[in-house]
Amino acid sequence: MKKFINDPADVVAQALDGFAAAHPELRVDTAQRYIARADAPRPGKVGLVSGGGSGHEPLHAGFVGAGMLDAACPGEIFTSPVPDQILAATRAVDGGAGVVHIVKNYTGDVLNFQLAAELAADEGITVETVLVDDDVAVQDSTWTAGRRGTGATLLVEKIAGARAEEGGGLAEVAAAAREVNAASGSFAYALTAATTPAAGRPGFELPGDEIEAGVGIHGEPGRHRERLRPARELVRTALDAILAAKPFDGPVILLVNGLGGTPLIELYLICGEAARYLAERGVPIARRLVGNYVTSLDMAGMSLTLCRATDEMIRLWDAPVRTPGLRWGA
Amino acid sequence: MDVALAREWMRATAAAVAAGADRLTRLDAAIGDGDHGVNLNRGFTAVVAALDQEAPPTVGEVLAKAGSTLMSRVGGASGPLYGSALRAAGRALPQTSAVRPDELVAALRAGLDAVRKLGGAAPGDKTMIDAYAPALDAFEQAVAAGAGLAQAAAAAARAATAGAEATVPMRARKGRASYLGERSVGHQDPGATSASLMFQALSDVSQVGPSGADSAGVKHC
Repeated sequence: MKKFINDPADVVAQALDGFAAAHPELRVDTAQRYIARADAPRPGKVGLVSGGGSGHEPLHAGFVGAGMLDAACPGEIFTSPVPDQILAATRAVDGGAGVVHIVKNYTGDVLNFQLAAELAADEGITVETVLVDDDVAVQDSTWTAGRRGTGATLLVEKIAGARAEEGGGLAEVAAAAREVNAASGSFAYALTAATTPAAGRPGFELPGDEIEAGVGIHGEPGRHRERLRPARELVRTALDAILAAKPFDGPVILLVNGLGGTPLIELYLICGEAARYLAERGVPIARRLVGNYVTSLDMAGMSLTLCRATDEMIRLWDAPVRTPGLRWGA
Repeated sequence: MDVALAREWMRATAAAVAAGADRLTRLDAAIGDGDHGVNLNRGFTAVVAALDQEAPPTVGEVLAKAGSTLMSRVGGASGPLYGSALRAAGRALPQTSAVRPDELVAALRAGLDAVRKLGGAAPGDKTMIDAYAPALDAFEQAVAAGAGLAQAAAAAARAATAGAEATVPMRARKGRASYLGERSVGHQDPGATSASLMFQALSDVSQVGPSGADSAGVKHC
């Protein structure tokens, strides 16, 4: 393992210190471990809190700011935050209008956010929980803990964040978030496994000519292993899986997401292939985003996300956003 | 079981988790994301520190304190699950400095119920329940048959180990391993393995007891 760290045990704490140094415009509570907008809580504004394991940067701390999240709680690497942390963040952003928790569907995230929401309710804070479960690689949810939350998390946070920014009420913001999740599907490929600092070795062994199809974002193995094929074929297989899972009969928002270890040149190539194939399939692309947004440490790989976007979603997607990881129009 | 033994149990669990952290992590890497040993070790290290700092006066408070410490330090799924198990067990006990084996049975039952309620898993789903449930059954049967703590805990530890080994051919339906479907078959579940460490630790400390009493001498569980 070759990483720029001091001690595997302190990586998250020291990264949080560094995040604070890099972003003086945000409020970083290193003791309670959350990042909040400097102007939170804003009276009457619905608060948006997300969080999850560290190692997915810029998700979620990088999406705190005007037009997106009010606070984020980073857990240990690939481990969800604890209820204390989530409760502290929830308190910090509650402006009296309630708080939406955006939770990726992983058992740890779900349980810890559930406990935090119960604690918040005891304090009189109304919490709406929105579960993100867009990963179509998980086929039969009756045999699993449900589908995983992956790339669509960014779309949910952006669009719900815009709705909250313009004054939407708790129910409206939660509904906007749920609508984006329901309209989204994702599929990922890994070329290499991720190496967590604590483990010091890759999460799984992958021979040079093989790839993992249908991976999540925690360095866990995927749906199956297969031979590396040309990018064109992989993109088509991934998009076929997404298009088969949900109706995509109108304009989509396309996210071409890198998992951390894949250079942009490959992501742009993939975007080109995706655009070509979607055109063939008669699916118009209304908006697109290419880059490393929902990552898995140093994993080489990519995920594709499609969201069947309504006019309202596109309007909210275009709304100004000013965060470390996503910024336009502001 | 008295307060001292309850503390020894938590301390022995922490030691077993520390010693087994690498193995737990390797098991987790096969079907999860490879952090179970690291996370649980972080949590139980905090448990030992918390119990050293506070010295709760009853067995129930020792377990409840251990549970809330795990919940606030571990994260992931194992934090809430182990945390609520110990907390529920601790709260189910009478607030006395020593508890009888049958009271411990009821408490461990409350702990298992809390895990099942929170995680929604059933036996056979390839989770910690597959070690915890048979261990509790063995413990309960031994106590009903008149066994003391040491004997009952030894039976529980054997059942937990067997239960953990029995997860190898199972297909995971809960947690991160469930996303692998058939590929989760053939690997021992890390959660069931860590649960077996906890029961083995209970058995180990019960054989000797904190004051050095042998198993025959332990009448007051």
